[in-house]
Amino acid sequence: MSIRVEGVSKRYGAFVALDDVSLEVPAGSLTALLGPSGGGKSTLLRVVAGLEQPDAGRVLIGDADATATPARQRGVGFVFQHYAAFKHMTVRDNVGFGLKIRKRPKAEVRERVGELLALVQLDGFAERYPSQLSGGQRQRMALARALAVEPEVLLLDEPFGALDATVRKQLRAWLRRLHDEVEVTTVFVTHDQEEAMEVAEQIVVLNTGRVEQVGTPRDLYERPANEFVMSFIGPVDRLGEAWVRPHDVDIGIDPVGGGSEGMIDRVVHLGFEVRVELTLEHGRSLWVQTTREVAAELELAPGQIVWVRPQRTTSFNGSKGEGVTA
Amino acid sequence: MGRLAARGVALSYLALLVGVPVGLVFYRAFEKGAGHLWESITTPEAQHAFWLTCVMVAIAVPLNTVFGVLCGLVLVRQRFRGRALLSAAIDLPFAVSPVVIGLALILVYGNRGWLGGWLTQHGIQVIFAPLGMVLATIFVSLPFVVREVVPVLRELGTDQEQAATTLGATPLQSFLRITLPAIRWGVAYGVVLTTARALGEFGAVSVVSGKLAGRTETLTLQVEERFQAFDVTGAYAAAVVLALMALVTLLAMNAIKPKEAS
Repeated sequence: MSIRVEGVSKRYGAFVALDDVSLEVPAGSLTALLGPSGGGKSTLLRVVAGLEQPDAGRVLIGDADATATPARQRGVGFVFQHYAAFKHMTVRDNVGFGLKIRKRPKAEVRERVGELLALVQLDGFAERYPSQLSGGQRQRMALARALAVEPEVLLLDEPFGALDATVRKQLRAWLRRLHDEVEVTTVFVTHDQEEAMEVAEQIVVLNTGRVEQVGTPRDLYERPANEFVMSFIGPVDRLGEAWVRPHDVDIGIDPVGGGSEGMIDRVVHLGFEVRVELTLEHGRSLWVQTTREVAAELELAPGQIVWVRPQRTTSFNGSKGEGVTA
Repeated sequence: MGRLAARGVALSYLALLVGVPVGLVFYRAFEKGAGHLWESITTPEAQHAFWLTCVMVAIAVPLNTVFGVLCGLVLVRQRFRGRALLSAAIDLPFAVSPVVIGLALILVYGNRGWLGGWLTQHGIQVIFAPLGMVLATIFVSLPFVVREVVPVLRELGTDQEQAATTLGATPLQSFLRITLPAIRWGVAYGVVLTTARALGEFGAVSVVSGKLAGRTETLTLQVEERFQAFDVTGAYAAAVVLALMALVTLLAMNAIKPKEAS
């Protein structure tokens, strides 16, 4: 089922959480709502789920207007950041909750729960309580619980936000695979651009309650609509009026036309990547991303004078202007 | 050494202030033999007092439990003007002396009271009758469930209920299957405290009861009445019955305590 959001606004007192947001999520897609905290992404997700009522605007799920439909009838699966596990129930009862509410026969519930636990790789954990599971396992249980009622759309609110870095990485890859298997329209909220780029087919960048840009991860990275998107997605630095990606800057010992001279302040080795921090003429600073090989070949070290030349820069005419890449 | 000393102080404190007096009550009650004790707690007045005490508990505890959970939900989940006032009002029975509560009830329900005149005309006697005693018991035992439930509800948050909602649960289903089980130990503890308070209430009930033996006398009132009448053994016997009822309540609480790790 596709999701359409039309002109949705939501205020909390004087705070504008969503400001006339419109959005289209194609059926079967995997979409990320990306933005800084307080940008409105969780509120938007909760409005789609029916957990919050918008002050204005409409939410359509499939072709039906769901704005007035209560959350429990929207056919939406929702996964919370802090799992929202039913602590007094076993994993089996957690996953089977939606089916029991729907008064499905016991045998059917049992069978379906078994399938889902296999899907989220929790077979053998059915009789445990949530307190006996790790964070990652709890979140997988919550996902199985949401999928049990065969939702039209699956919404995940910072699903990996409370997990440690390693588990996060595993679950991202796993969510990606799961989506290919289950084929349910999925929207997840994240403030981690890497997570959004890695998992989503479509990214919606939200900031201060507005949609800044919608596009594929590559679109956003290569053709950011404005300075906010440029600076939020991927590493970026300023070179005068223009924006430049640190990996789009050539670094060398010899003077080059169109380049500028600078002195190395610091060289940071991050494995394959080497980060070079420079001071240019007029005291402006810049950082450049290069590889271990280049750094070794040029013998980059603090105090050294080098020449840098950007391969491409991006400028915006005002904050709303279209980006011009040169 | 320090730990031993601390433990010693705690135990002696308890023994001196709680253990010895309670122990003595039991000792004195049995002093003239179990037969005498049995006689003294099976007189018609004593049986009636036992029964009436049970009635007080049976009415006040369920009412205050339902009201307490409801009030807890309102206090934790809703933001409205006068919320602080409601919260303070719930604590009032803690702050006000039971005697004052009894007098206040007379002001409202007494023959010349605010509502009492009208009620008497319609044949409803509140003061010097069990009804007034029930009201007094409800009043004094009102805050316990609320105060136990509020922190548990606060800690619970609304995530689990929202999850239940998205899974198709109606508000009632979500309350019965998620909220209530999640707060059940808080409720249980509140019920135990309410029961203990209702069993032991003396002041407020004493004021509104009129202390008519065999009619408006609960066990606590009977303890006092017998004591005043120099029936010391009888007073201790009634006290033992009260203490045993309280003990049963505590044991019931322990029996249902959480088994799974939280």
